[in-house]
Order: sequence, then structure tokens, then C-alpha cells
Amino acid sequence: MSEQAHISAAHHDPFVAHQFDDRAQQTEAVSLGMWAFLVQEILFFGGLFTGYTVYRSYYPDSFIAGSYILDIKLGGFNTAVLILSSFTMAMAVYSAQNSKKGSLIGYLIATLFLGFVFLGVKVIEYSEKFHHHHIPGFGFQWHEPIGNAKNVEIFYSFYFAMTGMHALHMIIGAAILIPLIILAWRGRFHKDYYAPIEVFGLYWHFVDIVWIFLFPLLYLIGRHAHVG
Amino acid sequence: MSAVAVPKHEEAPALEIPSQNYLNDGYSIRSWLLTLDHKRIAILYMVAVAIFFLMGAAFALMIRLELLTPAGDFMEAETYNKMFTMHGVVMIFFVLIPSIPAILGNFLIPLMIGARDVAFPRLNLMSWYVFMLGGMLLLTTAIFGGVDTGWTFYVPFSSMFSNSNVILATMAAFTAGFSSILTGLNFIVTVHTMRAPGMTWFRLPLFIWALYATSLIQVLATPVIAITLVLLMLERGLGLGIFNPALGGDPVLFQHLFWFYSHPAVYIMILPGMGVLSEMIACVARRRVFGYSFVAFSSLGIAIIGFFVWGHHLFVSTQSVYAGLAFSLITFLVAIPSAIKTFNWTATLYKGSISYESPLYFVVGFLGLFVIGGVTGLFLSTAGLDVHLHDTYFVVAHFHYIMVGGEIMAFLGGLHFWWPKMTGRLYPEFWGKLSASLVFVGFNLTFFPQFLVGYLGMPRRYHTYPPEFQLFNVMSTAGASILGVGYILPFIYFLWSLKYGKVAGPNPWRAKGLEWENTTSPPPTGNFEHTPIVTEEAYEYSHLPEANVVRASTH
Repeated sequence: MSEQAHISAAHHDPFVAHQFDDRAQQTEAVSLGMWAFLVQEILFFGGLFTGYTVYRSYYPDSFIAGSYILDIKLGGFNTAVLILSSFTMAMAVYSAQNSKKGSLIGYLIATLFLGFVFLGVKVIEYSEKFHHHHIPGFGFQWHEPIGNAKNVEIFYSFYFAMTGMHALHMIIGAAILIPLIILAWRGRFHKDYYAPIEVFGLYWHFVDIVWIFLFPLLYLIGRHAHVG
Repeated sequence: MSAVAVPKHEEAPALEIPSQNYLNDGYSIRSWLLTLDHKRIAILYMVAVAIFFLMGAAFALMIRLELLTPAGDFMEAETYNKMFTMHGVVMIFFVLIPSIPAILGNFLIPLMIGARDVAFPRLNLMSWYVFMLGGMLLLTTAIFGGVDTGWTFYVPFSSMFSNSNVILATMAAFTAGFSSILTGLNFIVTVHTMRAPGMTWFRLPLFIWALYATSLIQVLATPVIAITLVLLMLERGLGLGIFNPALGGDPVLFQHLFWFYSHPAVYIMILPGMGVLSEMIACVARRRVFGYSFVAFSSLGIAIIGFFVWGHHLFVSTQSVYAGLAFSLITFLVAIPSAIKTFNWTATLYKGSISYESPLYFVVGFLGLFVIGGVTGLFLSTAGLDVHLHDTYFVVAHFHYIMVGGEIMAFLGGLHFWWPKMTGRLYPEFWGKLSASLVFVGFNLTFFPQFLVGYLGMPRRYHTYPPEFQLFNVMSTAGASILGVGYILPFIYFLWSLKYGKVAGPNPWRAKGLEWENTTSPPPTGNFEHTPIVTEEAYEYSHLPEANVVRASTH
């Protein structure tokens, strides 16, 4: 654009966008923006949690039955993977704050890798559900001794809606991580400028926390079932 | 108190459009479609919303034509269902919700708080594109034959029985909602972090308070409708049973989730209008808004209470009477902050130095219509009376009084008030007053009879009715024609003014506020030559030497 755009630009700091006065203002705006975004995410998932709660109170036995056949080992493994990825993400923020380029790149790549591991395990779990006709809306079948097929299907509707929405957030996270790694490679982040790493860390931790709630609600409630 | 007219052209240097402003900063299509300037994005929204408004109005015209006679002689029931559904979806998701926030809010928030732009200009542009994507989905819906579920998309009709384009229409609403979330998020961060030095929270114009409260609702409520519509799409597309009673689902849960968003969304559709009104009333009365902090907090009050009243839409939907009682009580509470605003506005006019320019006509029009709409809201929140009035034309009249009589009136008024700032030119005063008067008369003639016919028992959403209701419906249709003229006029003279309007100068109303006093009309791309430093409260009209004097522009 013309020079008009710079009429009132009060700074020439290449790390500060034209609408901001200084780095402090920019950092505050960016992190407040991410927190506000996460609040709306809570409300977004909140709709699903509300639905889950209502139907679990309607059909407790079928929810336990549906939960009983989820693979707790894979779920538990994935929980550990995500907690570990939160740790690597926190270390990435720490590295950026201390201008440690090498370890920043390393931790970001580790986070991305762990994210892919999580998604890979999810694919295994989903395909196993597919083989057993446990996907709602696609010829759902239920042959277990406990639970009512109709109501277990509702459990699985929520299972897929909630974990699917969570996986979608993981995929978006991975898609953002890749350009961040490239920018880190180019030395864009250092102790004076690391806001993108920091707010991405907020997002990543949020997605982890959602899983921390999903895991017990979906996998663990079936542990009390007594079959046979 | 004799008003002394300022001699015309006393010190008047000839007014001219500033040589550098946001409108002439590049003329290419690209410079508009890839702009990061909040003012240009506001104009982009204005063009889009104007088109959707005409589209929604066309559907309304069809409805009013059909209802001219008791028999269904113009269209079939199914076509009629599509007409009122498309009217509702277009007007709510694509006109009312974006109208003031995305157009006036985008244009004014940075100017009013002394910032160069919103906090996230790219996100701002993106939300316009997301909005347009939603608009394209909506057009596709219309081309493929529309949708007939009512704008509420109630299950199980929408998920199992409707033969229309429910998934496309819900995707359109979902997408538009996403844009609304991004806009609200941007505004919240902007108000928190971008205020000029000295612009403390209690020096903010009340428009900013109102938009801030609106943004909170947009960010907190919209995601719930988003996920609800996703579940509805999955249910309809894959045959899931989440809301289907035959498969163990609960259709009332859908209503709860839907209204958890859609009732707060009603306040997305009135709070911004209240903000516009506060600005205009201070200027036309040349006084600080009476009880500034009460008006500011009442915006937040409405936003907060608005989250706990959704159950008043479910008085007859198997909700327990105790829940109904609680929701009824909380709904009454909304009247308190609304009344605080109304009384403070009228108190502002009292002993004000009122000037009879077109913004005043819109102010008075808003007050009249909003009071009628608000008081009839109390009828509907009375759980017992609502059983009688539920799903009648009384409800239709009530929410049109608030949304159209309130919000659209305020939006039009705001457009008249800030038009000189946006374009640098004045529209013809006479035509502005005429438009406001026609809208007021036409609106009352259209919707007041609907209160009566609704009370007498005419249900909404039917294309036929008993002959004894015809008089009321003929009045409605006649009024709608007048209303239509009132709405078309501004389209014409606003466009006319772009080329032939008198040059406005930076502050034609001699109003207070950074957008009037510290920059040109139209403002330059970066808004201000120097970042303003704020040293006084909002609306300090008493400091103006020309207070209590008829202004030059009225001649």
C-alpha cells in the first residue's frame, strides 16, 4: 500500500505489527486473544459434554457397556503420549524464552511426532471399531451381553463426536506446528520474540486437557462392569 | 435560553475531502478484497449485509402478499414454510447479527478508542471471508429450493421429516456463526489492549461498552450452537439418534442447546443498537449521557442475565413447571437493565439542547418501538400467559419490535449519524427525516396489528387463517409497503450522496469523541495523524463553546 499506512505507525520494530505500539502490547493482545479463543473452545466442547452427561444419566448401563469394550491399553498409552507432548511443548516455550534455537526445534519436532503417534493410535482404534460394526449410522451392531443396542449407539455417537472433534483439533495443531518449526529453523524466535510459540503452547495444552477429561469419561466408566 | 445561531461560514474555511483517506488508498479490486484496514472491511460487510437485507426483505414481501387474503391462493403451504424460514435465517444470521457489530463496530471501535486498527487485522479480514462463505452456502440453499424447518431447525422435523436442504442451511448458519465468534474475539482483545493513552474504561464511549458486552455473548454462546448444528448435521446425514426419540434420543435437548445460544443471540441483536443510541442521544441532546456508569454496566448486566433465560422458550416443551418458574423469574430481571437504559436516555433528553436532525428522528423512533417491544416481552415471560401467547403472532410482533424496531432502527440511525465520517459527505437531511418517519409509521402499522391478532389466537407459520383475521393482516401488508419505502429511500440517497452530497468536514454534528474530533472525514488509512491522548470523560459537551447553540449544519 501507499505510505499512508505508515502515517501513524509509531515504531519501526520488525517484530511488531503496524497496529501495535510496542512488543508488550502485542504480546498482551496475542495471549489474550488465545485465551478468549480457548474459552470459546470450552463452550464448543461444552455442548458435547452436556449431551454426554444427559444421556449417561438416561442410560447408565448402556454407557458402561459401550465403555467396557473400548481398549483401555491403547487409550492409556495415548494419554501418556499426550501428557509427554505437553511436557515437550512446555520445554519448547522454555527454549524459545531462552533463545535456545537448537533445543526449540528439537522439542517442537518431538511435540509434532507425539501428536502423530496419538493420531496413529486413534486410527488403529477407529478401524478396530469399524471391523466390529461399532460405528453409529453405518450398520451399527451390538452383540455384547450387556447394554441396549440403541442406547449403546448413542454412547458411540458421543464417543466418535468427542474424540473426532478432539482429533480434529490435534490435526489443526499439527498443521500449525509445521510452519512454526520452519520459522524456528530460520531463527525467528528468541527471548525478545516468542509469542507465537507461547500461544500455540496454550492451544496444545488445552487440547491435552480436553483429552484428560475424555479419557475417564469414555474409557474408564466401563471398568466397573461385571460381565457374564 | 435563547438559541443564538452561529453565523454561517463565520470562520468556515471551505470544507474539502482530505486528499489522503482510506477510500482513495488504492482503487483496485485487490486493494479492497485483500485490505487489512478495519474501515474497508466494514464497508465490505456493509455491501454484503445490504444484499442479504434485500434478499430477506424479498422473502418478507412474499409472506405479506400471501397473508393478504385468508385463503392460500398465492403459494402452497410448503412454499410458504420455505419463505418464512429463509426470511428468518437470512435476517437473523446474515443481517441482524453482523449489522451493527461487523459494520459500525468494525468501522468505529478503533476510531473511538484511538487505535490504528483492531488487534488482529488479518483475522478480521478472514472473518469477512468466512461470513461470505456462509453467505454462498445460503445462496446455494436458496437455489436448491430452500429450507422449510423454521429458522430454529427444531428436531425431529429437521433431522427426519423435512425434505428440504437442512444440512446446507445449517452449514450456512454454522459458518456465519464462526465468523461472528472471530469478530467478537477480535473486539474483546481490541478493547482490552488497544486503547489510546488516557482512554480508561470509564472514559470509553457507551457504544464500546455495548459492543464489548455483545462480543462476550458472541464468543461464549455461538460455539454452543455450532456444536449443536454439527450434531444435527451428523444426525440427519448419518441417521444417528442423538435427538431422535425413536432411537432413544431427546429432542428437547436440542431445544435447550439451541436456545442456550439463540436467546443470548437475541441480545447480540439489540445491545449494539443500544450502544448506537447512547452515542446519538448524547450528540442530539448535547449532554453527557445521564448515569453513564449505569448504562455501561446495564450492557454487561443484560449480557450476563441473558445466559440464564433460555428456558422461557420451553414453557410448553415438557420443561418442568419449577424450571419454568425459575426461567420466568430470571427473564423478568432482564427488564431491569433495559429499563435503566431507557430511563437514562430519556433523562438525557430532559433539559438537553435538542437539535432536530435526522439522527434524532431515529433516536425517538427507537425509543418508541423498543419500549413497546420490551414491555410485551414481559407478557411473554409470564409463564402462565405465555401458554396462551406461545407460537402466536403476538410473539412475532414482539420480537420484530425489538429486532427490527430496535436494532434495525438503531442501525439505520447509526448509519445516518456516521455516514459523513465514513464517506466524507452529507446525505440530504429532508430525506433522512422522511425515511425515519416512514419507517416508524410503516413499522407500527405492520406489527401492531399482529399483537392484536396474535392475542386473538392467530398462530404463526401458517399460510391460511380464518377470515375474521383478515383486517389485521391487510393492515400489516399495507404497513409493510410503507416500511419498504422507508428502507429503500436510504439506499437511494446514500448512493446519491457519494457523488453529490455536500462535503461534511471532520465533524458536521460537532459531536464529541475521538472519531469526530481527532481525525478527518473520511479518516486516513492509519486513522490518526498522531495517536490521540485522552484527557476528558466521554461526552463532555459542556466544554464546547457552541453548546446550546444551533449548529451551522442545521441550516
